Amino acid sequence: MTVALSCRGLRVSRDRSPVLHGIDLTVPTGAWISLVGPNGSGKTTLLHALAGLIPSAGHVEIGGLSPRRAGRRKIARTVAMMPQRPIVPEGVTARELIRLGRTPHIPRFGTESPRDDEVVEHVIDRLGLRDLASRTATTLSGGELQRVVLGRSLAQEPRVLLLDEPTSALDIGHQQQVLDLVDSMRRETGLTVVAAMHDLTSAAHYGERLVLLDRGRLIADGTPGEVLTVERVARVYGARVEVLGRRDGPAVLPLREPGAGT
Amino acid sequence: MTRPSPRPALVLGGATLLFLAALLAGTLVGPAGLTPRGVLLDLLDQLPVVAVDSGLTPRQQVILWEIRIPRVVLGGIVGAMLALAGATYQGVFRNPLADPYLLGVSSGAGLGATLAIVAGGAMGSGLVPPAAFAGGMIAVMATYALGQSVGGGRAEVVIILAGVAVAAFASAIQTFFMQRHDETLRQVYSWMLGRLTTSGWSEVWTVLPYVVVSVGVIALFRRTLDVMAVGDLEASTLGVAPARVRLVLISAATLGTAAVVSVSGLIGFVGIVIPHAVRLVIGPGHRLLLPLSLLVGATFLILADIVARTAMSPAELPIGVVTAAIGAPFFLFVLRRSRGHI
Repeated sequence: MTVALSCRGLRVSRDRSPVLHGIDLTVPTGAWISLVGPNGSGKTTLLHALAGLIPSAGHVEIGGLSPRRAGRRKIARTVAMMPQRPIVPEGVTARELIRLGRTPHIPRFGTESPRDDEVVEHVIDRLGLRDLASRTATTLSGGELQRVVLGRSLAQEPRVLLLDEPTSALDIGHQQQVLDLVDSMRRETGLTVVAAMHDLTSAAHYGERLVLLDRGRLIADGTPGEVLTVERVARVYGARVEVLGRRDGPAVLPLREPGAGT
Repeated sequence: MTRPSPRPALVLGGATLLFLAALLAGTLVGPAGLTPRGVLLDLLDQLPVVAVDSGLTPRQQVILWEIRIPRVVLGGIVGAMLALAGATYQGVFRNPLADPYLLGVSSGAGLGATLAIVAGGAMGSGLVPPAAFAGGMIAVMATYALGQSVGGGRAEVVIILAGVAVAAFASAIQTFFMQRHDETLRQVYSWMLGRLTTSGWSEVWTVLPYVVVSVGVIALFRRTLDVMAVGDLEASTLGVAPARVRLVLISAATLGTAAVVSVSGLIGFVGIVIPHAVRLVIGPGHRLLLPLSLLVGATFLILADIVARTAMSPAELPIGVVTAAIGAPFFLFVLRRSRGHI
């Protein structure tokens, strides 16, 4: 087993108050890890720290690089991150937005080569974006935009893909489409995926491992079945749920009234 | 909605033709009683192997080659630099309002130039451009630092407010020094209104090195500027170091702006109007936006200077008055057309 990503004692502070208190995590190459936890538990902060986007303390290694020491270009060739709320510049087409993903592969002061265009067109076909490609990105629906931004991340040809709530703007059908697509890329290319996810059921379906954060601490790390227990979800989220053991993984069902599911 | 994708070669070719036409018009039009035919023949005479008699007297030839043509060339350089700097500031600050004026660069450069004049340097002397550059650079850094320190979610608005404050502060100090040294008042005041009066080619040679460096550096970052449009966090994930890029580009744009401002004075609206007009036609990609802003800015200022020279002939209007008189209504028109999509 090779390791795609590891951190030990990873700490992050914001305005001198700690946000992450010593996270230990090891992710093998080609795995899908789902990062779950309530709002403000530190999921996004952890992804940003892993990508070296914010200052942090402790040991981090990702794709064989130390994100604090390696140059941004070098990191961007190995690690892509899909942001939760992407910024869409005015007047830019979907294709132009995807082409930005080639930035770390293009010489610092150069422009796209035919090979870069090839990768971009391949991603466009792969994500079924052919019809959207020449539309201005500001006119896309939330779901279309999310696929375009995923396309930009894939155009980076990363070995590690960090997803920050990749399906928060999508309806249930598009959620499955996008997650299936990432999963098939992972199977084909050995991509490693770390995805912060809100929906516990999809987190359990796609992640072979679940990592649960609460108030900046890692409080559970294991198979979905191990992590998602009724008691733990009640304690961490303050939620009433029933956990159904299904063939494709546990499904977390919210309940209207306490004990209604039993 | 899909965006019309103009052919780059076509648009650039058209803009180049317009620019050449403006150059020619600027050379042909003017008081001094030079006939267009004589000027054209004299231009032809400069070509290798062509030898024609233009019929211009030696005095008229001096007017043409030492007064009129340098002025047209200087106008082109100033307009190109201001428009390019505007496009660059708008790109790195991700703010459509960013221009040398609103960020305080011009006022800072004005203060620097005033201090240099007060300290004994004459207009157009070697002392003024570096002083203007230092003033402009300090002002834009102050604006940037103030904007950053306030922070918050509306950083683009804050930076403009900070720029307005810095500009007002620099203007206040400048006014103070002008009052104290009223022998420089006239010189500084005419400079503030913006003017393209030249003494031969010296102004052109003074600003050219700074402008060449500035344009060269900005051109290197044409693709990086497109990446900056997605914000600092996403630009970082795409392999760009936004803070470093911003520092380099602000320095380069300020270097060029301060140099041209030091000889031309405060010529407003070019830096903001030209890039917006160009963006409306060709979209936001900097690979086309930058060269087109350069060409259109040069064309615009050469034409504005023709108006300045001829509208109230033999008196001259300050060119800053002309650019503002054309620029302000045009800007409002652009603003209305864009319907909030700036």
